[in-house]
Amino acid sequence: MRQTETLTVNMGPQHPSTHGVLRLIVELDGEVVQAVKPVVGYLHTGMEKELEDQRYIQGITVTDRMDYLSPLSNNLAYVLSIEQLCGLAPPPKGQWLRVLLVELQRISSHLIWLGTHAMDLGATTVFLYCLREREAILDLFEMASGVRLMTTFIRPGGLRQDLPREFYEGYSRDGKRIQGVREFIADFPRRVDDYEALLTTNPIFLRRTQGVGVITADDAVDWCLTGPILRASGVNYDVRRTTPYSSYEQFDFEVPLGTNGDVYDRYLVRVAELRQSARIVTQALAKLATLPDEAPVNADHRDYVPPPKEELSWSMESLIRHFKIWTEGLLPPVGEAYVPVESAKGEIGFYVVSDGTARPLRAHVRPPSFVNLQALEHLAKGHMIADLVACLGSIDIVLGEIDR
Amino acid sequence: MDDLAPALTATLERLRGAFGEQLQPAAALPGNLTLEVPLDLLLPVVRFLRDSEDLAYRHLSDLTAVDRLPRQPRFDMVYHLLSLATAARLRLRVAVAEAVAVPSLTGLWKGANYLEREVFDMFGIPFSGHPNLERILTPDGFEGHPLRRDFSLGSEPVTFDIPHRKRFSDAAN
Repeated sequence: MRQTETLTVNMGPQHPSTHGVLRLIVELDGEVVQAVKPVVGYLHTGMEKELEDQRYIQGITVTDRMDYLSPLSNNLAYVLSIEQLCGLAPPPKGQWLRVLLVELQRISSHLIWLGTHAMDLGATTVFLYCLREREAILDLFEMASGVRLMTTFIRPGGLRQDLPREFYEGYSRDGKRIQGVREFIADFPRRVDDYEALLTTNPIFLRRTQGVGVITADDAVDWCLTGPILRASGVNYDVRRTTPYSSYEQFDFEVPLGTNGDVYDRYLVRVAELRQSARIVTQALAKLATLPDEAPVNADHRDYVPPPKEELSWSMESLIRHFKIWTEGLLPPVGEAYVPVESAKGEIGFYVVSDGTARPLRAHVRPPSFVNLQALEHLAKGHMIADLVACLGSIDIVLGEIDR
Repeated sequence: MDDLAPALTATLERLRGAFGEQLQPAAALPGNLTLEVPLDLLLPVVRFLRDSEDLAYRHLSDLTAVDRLPRQPRFDMVYHLLSLATAARLRLRVAVAEAVAVPSLTGLWKGANYLEREVFDMFGIPFSGHPNLERILTPDGFEGHPLRRDFSLGSEPVTFDIPHRKRFSDAAN
């Protein structure tokens, strides 16, 4: 007599392929997935409540800790909403530096995704290569902000400070060469060729990814997907192109689209985005080279932007402004703003409501991983349990952002 | 309303044509269009926006709530829609009193599911027609709704205790 019962299996919360503390309750018929129910919230620390309790600039440090693989994108999204409330806009140098940093961030986030996704599917070598390049980007962030991960570098009105010369040129530390961004980005397309040589035509990788976890364009819109997973289904929505921010309209880049909407197409889209991001970084460097070194990175708006440090020694007015901004905080006018950006995971935006005080009345993040994760059930249904890991990996989730 | 993009002006005109003067644009920052929508019109308005060929607000960007205590009605539900045809962003705001159910958008977008569960969890706003309205981020058995303004930070009861030492409050008795 044949058994026809389904089996309910618990996967996670401590499981390497769940990329964090995610629990999946999987209903199996033999090895075939019938239903998946993600259980989230293990890392919930009330970050939105925390944002309501912090002054605007302090809140930027909280956004770092949401999607900890792309803190600069989170900084930018929060700061853009604050800037819309205040009516602020950075000068060209500030805008281009933001684009430069955020695109490097996208590369580093995609590299972590590529490495872990390949490892989920059994290709361990790629992980080591990806981490090597990501390390070079983290070195760059350290030169810029002094911190590798939680940068808090993008501030209302511009950036914390201008980038040092070493950021562009590189330097030597203990006899070891630390690459500057020019060196890194000139070499990077060749590195992407290396990853592609390991995966793009690899028969095992193709068997594991082609035709797996298919989602059509209409379904992808229905599930509110954003980011590479949406574009792999052929929907042309990239926030950088659709509603440009931070001078993206001045940059020449393509928005890679997929056709089949399977795991393989998501891989192709992200790898193509690596190359496009490198292109944008190169263009940003060229634009920055046209500006004099002393060009300002911050908007000259003393109500919201602290004055340059050197002014404090001779200007009483600047000293007062400096003191007021760092003790009282920014006081944006009453209003509400939602300015999304395209992070590596998808559309991330902060809905910030100001009541005119130094702390937001409400700061809500639209977390791309959280919304995208819902589609897992749709992707994995009817596939083998091993493919569930491929589907989950192809969404590219970060639990810090899902749980907040 | 002079500073609006043409696509948003067109949206406003189409909505006024279909729903009359019940929809009022609220005060908003330059370039933004925020519409105050009565609760009973929410589903028809959103469906109209999504399904009109020319407007094509087919992407639900975001959905959340704001607690405006002590104002009555207490909550605002806020929806951000994006038109995939014109790239216009539109904000809808619905005033909701406490314990009043809001019609769920899960029938229009499956992706509204988690976002509405989050609002239910954080604000205690119920949604009618939601397939699986459970808490999502807080642990099982959690009491209260953390993002309400009367839920203060640090008031969460701890689950551990020190049995062998008399607590200060016991000693006082």
